[in-house]
Amino acid sequence: MSLDQDTIRRIARLARLGVDESENETYARSLSDIFAFVEQLNAVDTTGIEPMAHPLDARQRLRPDEVTESNQRDKFQKIAPRVEAGLYLVPRVIE
Amino acid sequence: MHQKSLSELAAGLRAGEFTSEALTRHFLDRIERFDGELNSVVTVTADAALEAAREADRRIAAGDAGPLTGIPFLHKDIFCTDGVRTSCGSRMLDNFEAPYDATVTEKLRQAGAVMLGKTNMDEFAMGSSNETSFYGPVKNPWDTGRVPGGSSGGSAAAVAARLAPLATGTDTGGSIRQPAALCGITGIKPTYGRVSRYGMIAFASSLDQGGPFATSAADAALLLEAMSGFDPRDSTSIDRPVEDYSAALEQDLDGLVIGLPKEFFDDGLDARVRAVIDAAIEEYRRLGATVKEISLPNSGLSVPVYYVVAPAECSSNLSRMDGVRFGHRCEDPKDLDDLYTRSRGEGFGAEVKRRIMIGTYALSAGYYDAYYLKAQQIRRLIRDDFVKAFEEVDVIMGPTSPTTAFRLGEKSDDPVTMYLSDIYTIAVNLAGLPGMSIPAGLVDGLPVGLQLIGDYFAEGRLLNIAHQYQKVTDWHTRCPAGYE
Repeated sequence: MSLDQDTIRRIARLARLGVDESENETYARSLSDIFAFVEQLNAVDTTGIEPMAHPLDARQRLRPDEVTESNQRDKFQKIAPRVEAGLYLVPRVIE
Repeated sequence: MHQKSLSELAAGLRAGEFTSEALTRHFLDRIERFDGELNSVVTVTADAALEAAREADRRIAAGDAGPLTGIPFLHKDIFCTDGVRTSCGSRMLDNFEAPYDATVTEKLRQAGAVMLGKTNMDEFAMGSSNETSFYGPVKNPWDTGRVPGGSSGGSAAAVAARLAPLATGTDTGGSIRQPAALCGITGIKPTYGRVSRYGMIAFASSLDQGGPFATSAADAALLLEAMSGFDPRDSTSIDRPVEDYSAALEQDLDGLVIGLPKEFFDDGLDARVRAVIDAAIEEYRRLGATVKEISLPNSGLSVPVYYVVAPAECSSNLSRMDGVRFGHRCEDPKDLDDLYTRSRGEGFGAEVKRRIMIGTYALSAGYYDAYYLKAQQIRRLIRDDFVKAFEEVDVIMGPTSPTTAFRLGEKSDDPVTMYLSDIYTIAVNLAGLPGMSIPAGLVDGLPVGLQLIGDYFAEGRLLNIAHQYQKVTDWHTRCPAGYE
């Protein structure tokens, strides 16, 4: 299993992760090593085995559809990088 | 005061021998004195600690004190603390003051425990050596040229150096047990679902579990009891009453059946670490236990399974760090895409980026079945091995880590070698079982941890088994030179 630098660029793009061009080769090498190591899983016959999502096979609980939280917008927006009039600011997306 | 057990400290507080304020000052002074070198604490909350201590003193005087009232502790910087920076060891959250308390934070506050500050950790808990922290590596107090283990390295080093009697940690692949072993202290990761994950910054949600560090099992029992319990705000929390862990400690071990998995004693285990583990098992025989060899045939696959499941879940969890609502935001983004990409590129360190990319690739179109689904199937096989083993034995024992603490920088360039340092701990997270590490000896002056693995919700039994060993041995009382 070998990942080339183009694959690293593609994954980084999918993850919206800024990766410096100069680091692509290092990441390509270490990810290739890791996926080569993971390859041993292919040797295991898992026909008919149910994938395990929770150790105790617990199911998601449902709760009554009631309001339990109070409005804390000001508190949450106090830690935001840029807000104005109760709105989170991002660069313009619609011209 | 820093060599006293929790029950001695609580008795001293109640008898008026010293106040919580004095106790808190004592530990704050130790942090001030020793932590410049160790780097185990990233935020000291001295004023809030002294205020909480005075409040605890009022509660004690009013006769309204529990076992942790007035007792100082350090909190891993992964647990949200209202109004206090919660950095998770990352530049991304260097400016993040949590707007609310994690359930564990809230429970410890209500118990009257006094938070001294927040501990250093691997960035977003991704690491086995505490070298991936934005705030620099933590040093092991037994040898400051060596790592304390990770990811809860700051908590483990601080308790080992007696900078606090207790600390919290989290364990996704061994992050409580491995640093406990490398720092010569006691740590327990409970059953998945026992301690609430609400407000505990998520790394791999199906594996993450909080737990305590202390010098002894008796002390860890008190902190675990305070941290545990059903929480409707955590959708994977288990609705089941919490045992009185302290009451379970004194049961004798006559007739206990210990399983030794042959896979945990293979060539990868350092011979001198093995000798320490063998001696600990001998001690248990003298306490009335019998020993049985068992096999966990799929456990050898746990590291590759983990390095699919954990990065896949982390790549999804960490997508919330986008530079919009909280955390690091790049300067002058030219468009929304640039805002996301550069904020994340600047905010995350190399190991976190690596894991996000592993996970993104494993979950990408065409690969999901081959990696994530396959890993989740093998995960079930790994769990079923344990379920079968617990039909024959009461507890499983073995080494926590294949070696003692390694040197700073020794493994940081080779991720696969670093990942293999968690080879004995990861299977326990994949199965969701409780696991514990207790100090069992020294090799060349460095601590060795004995790992105890229990059946689901057998935390009380594990603490009991650990406590009985600590009653007849003194490894847990050993303190690194210079910190006595």
